[in-house]
Amino acid sequence: MIISVASGKGGTGKTTVAVNLALSIDNVQFLDCDVEEPNARIFLKPHLNNQKKAYIPVPHIDESRCDYCGKCAKVCAYHAIAVFPSQEAKIGTTLVFENLCHGCGACSALCPREAIKEVNREIGVVESGPCGKIEFVHGKLNVGEAMSPPLIRQVKERINPEKTVIIDVPPGTSCPVVASVRGSDFCVLVTEPTPFGLNDLILAVEVLRKLKIAFGVVINCADLGNDLTEKYCRQENIPILMKIPFKKEIAMAYSKGEPMIKVFPEYKKEFAIIYERMTGRIK
Amino acid sequence: MKQIVIISGKGGTGKTVMTGAFAALAKNKVMADCDVDAADLHLLLQPNIKERHEFKSGQTASIDKKICQQCGQCIVVCRFNAINQDFTVDPISCEGCAFCSHICPVQAIRMEENIAGEWFISETRFGPMVHAKLGIAEENSGKLVSLVRSQAKELAEKEGCDWVIIDGAPGISCPVIASLSGIDCALVVTEPTLTGLHDALRVIDVARHFDVAVKLVINKYDLNTEMSQKIEEYCNKNGIFLIGKIAFDKSVTEAMIEGKTILEYKDTRIKDEVVKIWEELRDLKKGLGYE
Repeated sequence: MIISVASGKGGTGKTTVAVNLALSIDNVQFLDCDVEEPNARIFLKPHLNNQKKAYIPVPHIDESRCDYCGKCAKVCAYHAIAVFPSQEAKIGTTLVFENLCHGCGACSALCPREAIKEVNREIGVVESGPCGKIEFVHGKLNVGEAMSPPLIRQVKERINPEKTVIIDVPPGTSCPVVASVRGSDFCVLVTEPTPFGLNDLILAVEVLRKLKIAFGVVINCADLGNDLTEKYCRQENIPILMKIPFKKEIAMAYSKGEPMIKVFPEYKKEFAIIYERMTGRIK
Repeated sequence: MKQIVIISGKGGTGKTVMTGAFAALAKNKVMADCDVDAADLHLLLQPNIKERHEFKSGQTASIDKKICQQCGQCIVVCRFNAINQDFTVDPISCEGCAFCSHICPVQAIRMEENIAGEWFISETRFGPMVHAKLGIAEENSGKLVSLVRSQAKELAEKEGCDWVIIDGAPGISCPVIASLSGIDCALVVTEPTLTGLHDALRVIDVARHFDVAVKLVINKYDLNTEMSQKIEEYCNKNGIFLIGKIAFDKSVTEAMIEGKTILEYKDTRIKDEVVKIWEELRDLKKGLGYE
């Protein structure tokens, strides 16, 4: 079973819910797919004993074979290749802009002179290791790197089907979110009952409906805000799985990188209950 | 004219609340919301939309079943697993690379232009605003950010404005990178938590990677004063300019519920703190802090 924890709006408590859920149930694999800002490790403190660099394939031009025909530049949908043909005495050039490349492989396959081979470009790292009984995996995107979905997919290649997989999803509603939540059996949407929280929750709900993934809502800082979020959930028939009040002690524990259930062990039972509810919904 | 972007790395640290406050404080500016996949600034500024445009971006493959001979070459070459076994295209997985359309021996695959969202030019009680809405589960948010920014800049130049003030996205990838190009100063909003600091440092690295000057704000600093102290020390040691600190105040949420910026809401001490930060940022203009 794969459970993803997402939100639309950032900072609503995705990592808090994902981490504490992982610590409240058995047989867990934890995947931090927020590869731009992976910080579940701050709370789970895994022993990251395995590191594997993550690459995407990018074209490399063999100048000795290239006749500057321009086919590669023409087929590249991302404008990642530019070709300047030879002019009289001046020999041509083929330039590759690796940052724009999506690694689709069209240029190398379609080059009429087999002058393009693919080489690896590093985009980040996938690190893994145990934290207690939990199997932990996360990705870390290199600074300055624009595209996170390829790295997210590489983190997800580690999914262990024998485990209950919990995925911490980046904020937003665009491609990194889609790459992270796809294939989940259930998605927990964490929100806060404020106009910003609700606005972004509605967007996240649209994403999940489009992807046909079952979901429920956790309302964090439930006493800061208004009741419009609950009204919305009722209207839309969205189950509210849990409400977490704003407590200075929770905020304090969070700030120090301590899981909430360490300070309020009674929540362990609540997280275990929402897990049961999720499995029930899937059946 | 100066361009300022408000970013954070971590989400939910207070970017939009801060941007809203600057909208109320700055004179003669254009506002831009570049958090295009979860935009919230409109909830504070209630823009009145004057112009609405489609955002066309990228392509999606479409297979003509009448021509397709089901040879399967498209399925083999597609690295995004976007072509199903029944020769239909999954538009969410399709990255628009067009490899399939080039390889198809009977030209059964056409690439269709995507409408990936909308962008708007609006009027608010604080002046003009450019904003956008990325389509659900769409790609190319970086491109839409660049578009919003170029429109905002054009508008600011046309109207002789002094500022473009930009609400940025969380994270460190394409929308954030697109919001940093040609920026005079990036204001990074963090909170006194390990995660807030960790994420702020990542985004500061990104800003520096692109040679953008950075100022840091610690929001909700009194939720953990010890951690705030540590962040301050870290800033001192590492040459990060700490421009101000803002206390945690429930009136931030109350103002948001009323659709107001914190400047328009009741008097609180955080109001003074935010005014101070804006004035400092504004006066840096006179040659001090914009490296």
